[in-house]
Amino acid sequence: MSPGPRPPVQARLDQLRGRALPVNHNARTISALAANPGCARRALMDAAGVDKQQVAGHAGFPAPFGQSQFAIARGNAFEAQVKEGGAAQLLTLLREHLGLDVGQAHYHDLNDVGGSESAQVRHHRTRNLLTSASADPSTGTMFDHPLLRLAVGGRHAYLEPDLIALHHRGRFHVVEIKSFAIIDGQADPAKVAAAAIQSAVYVHALRELLGGDPDRVHHETVLVAPRDFSSQPAAATVDVRKQLTVLHRQLERIASVESLLDLYPAGLTFDLDPDPGGRPRRPPGELAAAIGQVSASYAPECLSACELCFLCRDEAAGTTGALGKSVREDLGGVERTGQVLGLARGTLPPSPEREEIAAQLTRGARLRAELLGTGLPGTEFLETGV
Amino acid sequence: MTLLTALARVAAAETGRAQPTKTRRHLHLSARPLVLIPLQLAGEACAPLAVMAGEDRAKPLQLTVYEPRDRARRFEFAAGLAETVLGYIDGYAGADPADGEPYPDAPQLLVPNAGAAAFTRMLGRSTRFRQVTGEYAVPAAVPLLGRWLSYFGERTEVTGSALLTPLTAALADHWATGQSAMEDANLAALLGWIDPPDGMTGLEAARAAEDPVRCPPAGPVTDPSFDNEVLDHLVRVVRNATAAGDEVALARAQAAMDAALRSQLEPTWELMWRAVDLLRALPEAASVPERWKSDRWSFTNQVGWLREGGAPQPRRDGAVAAARRLARLEREQQRLAVQRAYDDPLVMAEYRLTGEAFAGTVTAADPARLDTSGKRTTLRPVIVVETADEVVLEPGAILRSPDRPAQDARVMTVTVTERRTEVTLELKGGMGRAKVAPPGSMPEPGDEVTFTTLRDDFQPAAAFPEREDTPWTHGGPPQEYVPTDDDAREDWS
Repeated sequence: MSPGPRPPVQARLDQLRGRALPVNHNARTISALAANPGCARRALMDAAGVDKQQVAGHAGFPAPFGQSQFAIARGNAFEAQVKEGGAAQLLTLLREHLGLDVGQAHYHDLNDVGGSESAQVRHHRTRNLLTSASADPSTGTMFDHPLLRLAVGGRHAYLEPDLIALHHRGRFHVVEIKSFAIIDGQADPAKVAAAAIQSAVYVHALRELLGGDPDRVHHETVLVAPRDFSSQPAAATVDVRKQLTVLHRQLERIASVESLLDLYPAGLTFDLDPDPGGRPRRPPGELAAAIGQVSASYAPECLSACELCFLCRDEAAGTTGALGKSVREDLGGVERTGQVLGLARGTLPPSPEREEIAAQLTRGARLRAELLGTGLPGTEFLETGV
Repeated sequence: MTLLTALARVAAAETGRAQPTKTRRHLHLSARPLVLIPLQLAGEACAPLAVMAGEDRAKPLQLTVYEPRDRARRFEFAAGLAETVLGYIDGYAGADPADGEPYPDAPQLLVPNAGAAAFTRMLGRSTRFRQVTGEYAVPAAVPLLGRWLSYFGERTEVTGSALLTPLTAALADHWATGQSAMEDANLAALLGWIDPPDGMTGLEAARAAEDPVRCPPAGPVTDPSFDNEVLDHLVRVVRNATAAGDEVALARAQAAMDAALRSQLEPTWELMWRAVDLLRALPEAASVPERWKSDRWSFTNQVGWLREGGAPQPRRDGAVAAARRLARLEREQQRLAVQRAYDDPLVMAEYRLTGEAFAGTVTAADPARLDTSGKRTTLRPVIVVETADEVVLEPGAILRSPDRPAQDARVMTVTVTERRTEVTLELKGGMGRAKVAPPGSMPEPGDEVTFTTLRDDFQPAAAFPEREDTPWTHGGPPQEYVPTDDDAREDWS
């Protein structure tokens, strides 16, 4: 089954996006989507290439993300340094630290040359080069900025990773260059985890490109990052088998974009109605209402992953899930904070499957009232209710 | 997270104000802590940008690195910070302590959040190997500061230690807010819930605190828009003035950078002291002095080690040292959980809710009951406790009461009536050798008592091989760590 774009779907996605230029998927957006596969809002907006940052800002909830120029400069400088001269530094590092007996290296820069090539053309070039290298290793060893393609929600998303695919002994290795430091052999676990899932996205996309054969692309990826407090690179292998399993499962769970589109009115759009100077004219309230038509699945983790997070958080006020997944679980899965208090006070009769949690909540509320006494802020309801 | 704290979060969300989850302060708070707020340059592994530090709320000291990417400027910064931090530490390591006793008090570093604690440790790691002689010589205080900051950083791994404390963690331990644990990592938002300004709900205060312009982040990473719109320009001006050799312009540029960074640090400085006030207002839990004593011991040993010219901490632990540390941490974790429950009825309530503890009133007592079933007749008084708690304990279970931790109570019978449960307990220990338990040595009718299966018994340390006997499965005996010149020369770019 080919998930190729069908005109009606594309037309409808274009309408959702409106007049804005499409924003491309990248490994970060795919891993964020895979982390929350049940979120129709994000799935639809990403598929349509909506600029979520701009939309959230105009709706009155600017995203809390920004990147410091210092961090960008450091990242770019490090990447340029290891890739300089046909990735000489990188090659030395891989030979020395990973024991790769890479001989003569053929380096292919697959960057967009004229700025005019379509994604399709560039992807085609990537595929030709990688496929022939796979058959005949002498034609290439390293591939800088290949353009990969991945089916997400039944649609193709193009990925332009900052990576070099290294061909070694008939298999490709994904090499990810990051600018966070590896100090005494250890790096920030959260950053390594994020890099691992991104690498897994590339491994997955590369395997798809090579016909889905898992043996052609190694599950061990290479992380290259500055060593200790220097700008000298260090390499570490990262096994992404676990991340691949999760990614597979989550990508399957992301509902097909086509069936999602069927759930919403045909006229729905996130267009900002820009004036000739590009300034949005659409009333923010109207835009927010349009966004509200598509259901979201908010969790506090979204705060570090999605541009819409503040808007969705506002919408999720009054739910136990907004306080954290573990809070919701501890409360027996009761959805709303008002219900929790109703059950605790005994003013809300529990359904049969909630009798047990209701009894626990009543006892918990009584204990808190007993121990915190009167006059403490917020305990009044416990005394009047229980 | 437990049901009670989850319920407290819900109550906070509904009432618009944080709810207490503890009735005692389970953390030592020094009478004069050193508040330390580090800022770092974004994107770098460990490039200090500025720090605000001090023991006196009215007199914060600010240090700025005007050229954060310049290695020499970093060591100057480290030397300046050393003056403050080492001066503070020295105040606690004066006259030698009495034999068999630690120093009477120890220093305490308070930082805003876990990131600041990690950065402090990293700053220690990047300075402790430096040498004071040779090609890459640095001022003598720099490696000493490195050893101390590394020590404080490593000590955060010890459960219950308060030598280096991130205040967000301390506050979040004592209050539940109406937001997620992730959002609690923001000091300003957390305080907004706990102590909102007049006329604002906790939610409103927390939301306002998320605006980086109104409330600069507590670090260690600065607000990206501050970096892009303010700092980047100021660093350039400093650099140009340095290149031009224009001292007047340089002094002006540095003053401008100082002022900009002060605007980022000062709000957090105020928040830190407000957090200290809030924590101080809570009565200290009973076992806090005991835990602080082990911090004092640790500090005393560290002072001794450094005075004997102790080498810097190695880059990594050997296998045996790591295993030993892990076992100790697990033991301490369990111990701390028990102590906190014994100290604080609200923590004990968690165990009452799960049936591992119950509280009630003594309705009957027989202080002269004898057990004649064995060879020797022994004194085994009995009490009956009536409780409204759900009791899931079986006869034979051995319980303790936080009021009399030396006394065992064995469950004899559990009788459930309509609304109440009666538990009969046989007592053993802590009553002397008299024929009748002396008054006060056991609960009396009318007493409010709590009994629990939680016990803080001595557990012998697990046996580990000596470091020279490290098995081959764990890499064999590790090489003795000797700092090398390479360590001292290490790049810091």
